[in-house]
Amino acid sequence: MHFREGEDISDDHHHDHDNHLSDMDAKVRALQTILEEKGLVDPAAVDVVVETYEHKVGPRNGAQVVAKAWVDPEFRASLEKNASAAINSLGFDGRQGEHMHAVFNTPEQHNMVVCTLCSCYPWPVLGLPPVWYKSPPYRSRVVYEPRKVLGEFGVELPEGTKIKVWDSTAELRYLVIPMRPAGSDGMSESELTDLVTRDSMIGTGLALEPEQE
Amino acid sequence: MDGPQDLGGKRNFGPINPEQDEPIFHAEWEKKVLGLTIASNGLGHWSIDEGRFARESLSPQQYYGLSYYEIWYEGVTALLKRHGELTDAELAAGKALQPGLRTNRKVTGEAMPKVLASGGPSERPKSSEPLFSVGQKVRTKLAHPAGHTRLPNYARDKIGVIQALRGVHVFPDTSAHGEGEQPQWLYTVEFDGAALWGPDAEPGLSNTIDAWESYLDPA
Repeated sequence: MHFREGEDISDDHHHDHDNHLSDMDAKVRALQTILEEKGLVDPAAVDVVVETYEHKVGPRNGAQVVAKAWVDPEFRASLEKNASAAINSLGFDGRQGEHMHAVFNTPEQHNMVVCTLCSCYPWPVLGLPPVWYKSPPYRSRVVYEPRKVLGEFGVELPEGTKIKVWDSTAELRYLVIPMRPAGSDGMSESELTDLVTRDSMIGTGLALEPEQE
Repeated sequence: MDGPQDLGGKRNFGPINPEQDEPIFHAEWEKKVLGLTIASNGLGHWSIDEGRFARESLSPQQYYGLSYYEIWYEGVTALLKRHGELTDAELAAGKALQPGLRTNRKVTGEAMPKVLASGGPSERPKSSEPLFSVGQKVRTKLAHPAGHTRLPNYARDKIGVIQALRGVHVFPDTSAHGEGEQPQWLYTVEFDGAALWGPDAEPGLSNTIDAWESYLDPA
């Protein structure tokens, strides 16, 4: 059950895991060698991919989109109307974010995003998805018991709040715009980005309040 | 296909267990699998839909037993083999035994940033009028195709409402099988939770899917 890597804490598990990884390490090295020898893959291109998603593209991008939407009504309106264009205007675009759509949380409605069929996720604004997002427990359950799922993330919504779960079954990629937290009046756009967590943009979290930061 | 990937509404997979301060990768080989997969996609042998179908065609035992990037490894090796770029003998030998085919399509390190930045948009020019409009009631098709589909099991033969028109997009059910893009109108369809899950649905729940026109009938 390697999809639940987060709970592999016993010694036995670690032992299994290590053996397993070295096996994969050998297999993947062999594959890379073959593809390089055949002239199909440039090792520098592999490095660019890794460098991009390990260091350049991640949820800080999405946090800038959200903070701007909180302080700039014109940007918020453009995000509602054409999210791809609004997000591109901040310099974020590309693979797995070609067709973006922003969904706005309100006191009446909370939004959550899933891909029940694979692992669709808005890479340009959130980076690569965490293991739980790609794994069977979240993908199977959030569509029918989102409140229970939220509880496992430590989030409890008021009883009357409706929940809409967006299943990314096509090439549209959804970004949740969380509500601006209480007590954040007067904070600058750049300070506000620190309140925007990755999970708040998937819908499994809320934006932090200033004292939680 | 009703494969192991179609997870919405399934039971007994346990708690979510989010990992605190999760690293982006859990091992060096995971980075390589991501990079090799994206670089191999660039050869242009297969569409994103064929790539997804390769991964969901694993047996349930494999799909549920392997980690995410192990599934990707299985997927990319299957695709490379299917398109003549890799053989089992080469994997066993750990070296190339015959020349690559699409070496002229190799993505260089210099070109990769542009490949990542431009992505692969699925929207195509509108060539027909949409059959449905916002607010219209629709019923999703009842079908269990053997090939690729993006209509999840939990949302088949259900009544929902068109919430938005999303333009004309490549149809995955044909694109996955080398049958062309055959673009169709794409809609966001919203369902009342109880329409999908019955009277025990969590109160206030609604679900959406993005559905191609041929997945829908007027209700």
